[in-house]
Amino acid sequence: MTMTHQPVTTTQAETLALDGISVRLGGREVLHDVRFTIRPGEFVGLIGSNGAGKTTLLRVILGLQPATGKIRINGAGIGYVPQKIQLDPDVPLRARDLVGLGLDGHRLGIPLPSRSRRRLIDQMLRAVDAEHIADARVGNLSGGEQQRILIAHALISRPGLLLLDEPLANLDIASEQEVVALLARITKEQQISVLISAHEMNPLLPVMDRIVYLAAGRAASGPTDEVVRGEVLSQLYGRHVDVIRVHGRVLVVASRGDGLDIPLEHHADTPVADSA
Amino acid sequence: MEHLLRAVFEPGFFGSAPVHVALLAGGVVAVVSGIVGTFTVLRGQSYAGHALGDLSATGGSASFLIGISPLWGFAGTSVAAAGIMDMIGVQRPRGRDLATGIVRGAGLGVAALFLYWDTLHTSTTGATITVLFGSLFTISSSILPVIAAFSLAAVGIVAVLYRPLLLSSVSADLAVVRGISVRATGALCLVAIALAVSLSAITIGAILSTALLVGPAATALRLTSRPGLMLLWSALIGLAVTWLGILLAFDSYYWPPAGHGWPVSFFVVALILIFYLLAQVLRGGARARDSRDARDSRGARDGRGVQPECG
Repeated sequence: MTMTHQPVTTTQAETLALDGISVRLGGREVLHDVRFTIRPGEFVGLIGSNGAGKTTLLRVILGLQPATGKIRINGAGIGYVPQKIQLDPDVPLRARDLVGLGLDGHRLGIPLPSRSRRRLIDQMLRAVDAEHIADARVGNLSGGEQQRILIAHALISRPGLLLLDEPLANLDIASEQEVVALLARITKEQQISVLISAHEMNPLLPVMDRIVYLAAGRAASGPTDEVVRGEVLSQLYGRHVDVIRVHGRVLVVASRGDGLDIPLEHHADTPVADSA
Repeated sequence: MEHLLRAVFEPGFFGSAPVHVALLAGGVVAVVSGIVGTFTVLRGQSYAGHALGDLSATGGSASFLIGISPLWGFAGTSVAAAGIMDMIGVQRPRGRDLATGIVRGAGLGVAALFLYWDTLHTSTTGATITVLFGSLFTISSSILPVIAAFSLAAVGIVAVLYRPLLLSSVSADLAVVRGISVRATGALCLVAIALAVSLSAITIGAILSTALLVGPAATALRLTSRPGLMLLWSALIGLAVTWLGILLAFDSYYWPPAGHGWPVSFFVVALILIFYLLAQVLRGGARARDSRDARDSRGARDGRGVQPECG
């Protein structure tokens, strides 16, 4: 079966529908029979540990990674915030220039100064709370500020679906909360569907409508409470997994068989108690 | 006043036909190099530009043997080398650097052979000096239309691809998602770089051509945070160093003790270095001011005064 990657403009219920998506890379099956849908305005977390296939899945949706299965994308295009871009402080590009490239970066020729273009860019910068850094070099901004500018870059072309690849990685806790709150607000305001990948679900719990949990190339999706349960995740991981809820946070812990439990959805270098 | 003018512009400067051609050709080439150089620097392709400059020497030295203008030779091998470098692939930086280095070494070796034959042929080292270090005062005015055509092609490529090149220099992923063919824009940009270095090979020499490609752009990078202004500054700095270099080289015929002129290329490259160092000093001051302003505005917005940043 070959993949049909067809943007259709109909009034169907879903913004995005994946059906039986599988990807083989170098003889290894990285994704196996992944299926889920995203409805208009839904905020969906794509959760899984490093190497679970999150980036591959996002690249399949973007049409950058060949796969078997069916993808249906309805309505306006896709906005994309890639994983950790190295923005060089030496590159003479202001925040407003990068946002502007989100509008017309694919066009040919040198852009003429235009008042309506400037107004659109200013609006977008205001929406991500970044007016005060509009004229700063993007390479000189902090991680959280760069993330906001990249979100503005992705949203200015008014996509129907926003894909974000680990936008919270490498952010301190304050910026992390700021970015999550901002995303939730803008996407509600503009009725945009969001698929956001993360190796840690806790920062997203307050805003997530549904979850797609990836483990070992397989996915389970649905309302968070239905998916993040011991039985479901044990089946996904193929080993016994416990889900512990404590202080409004979720820990997914697998038995290692030697009496020491390991949290499955944390970086080794992120102490569990630290990321509340 | 008149004394001062006479001291700056030695007699005959404005009346000399070779000076006219040098000012015209050198000026056009400097502007082209400044504009194309901006993208060379932004895309981190200075080494590729350097290699293309060296490889143009191979064609330049061959053209003396067969008796055509060296510009054809410079452009011929440089554009062909750009094609080969693109085919070798742009995926892994280390592999790309190694491949570039090997091709460049081989090309220079062939140039050494051709230049040796040139010397046997003419019994002078004129060709060697012209190919490697340029000869702005001996440019034939018959080659001016070719210079104009190559200039239009090089500037045309980067002007048309301005935004796609800018976006893919920020992130190839962002560019691809916007439907930009990173491969095709990269290959065309390399052709523009090849044309720009062959043009500056004819003015300041194949070996020095990257100085004019990278120097003004690197200086402009220190002066502005806006990509459009960087293009403008880079072109203006290129023009300024070239014209000042021509003036100083002309004047140097009158300098004591011997009254032999110094090469234009020396002055151009020396001026590029001086401009770069000046901009570096200016930027140092501006950066300190910038970061203070940024801290102040963030502090004011968050209502927490000036504090050390986190993240």
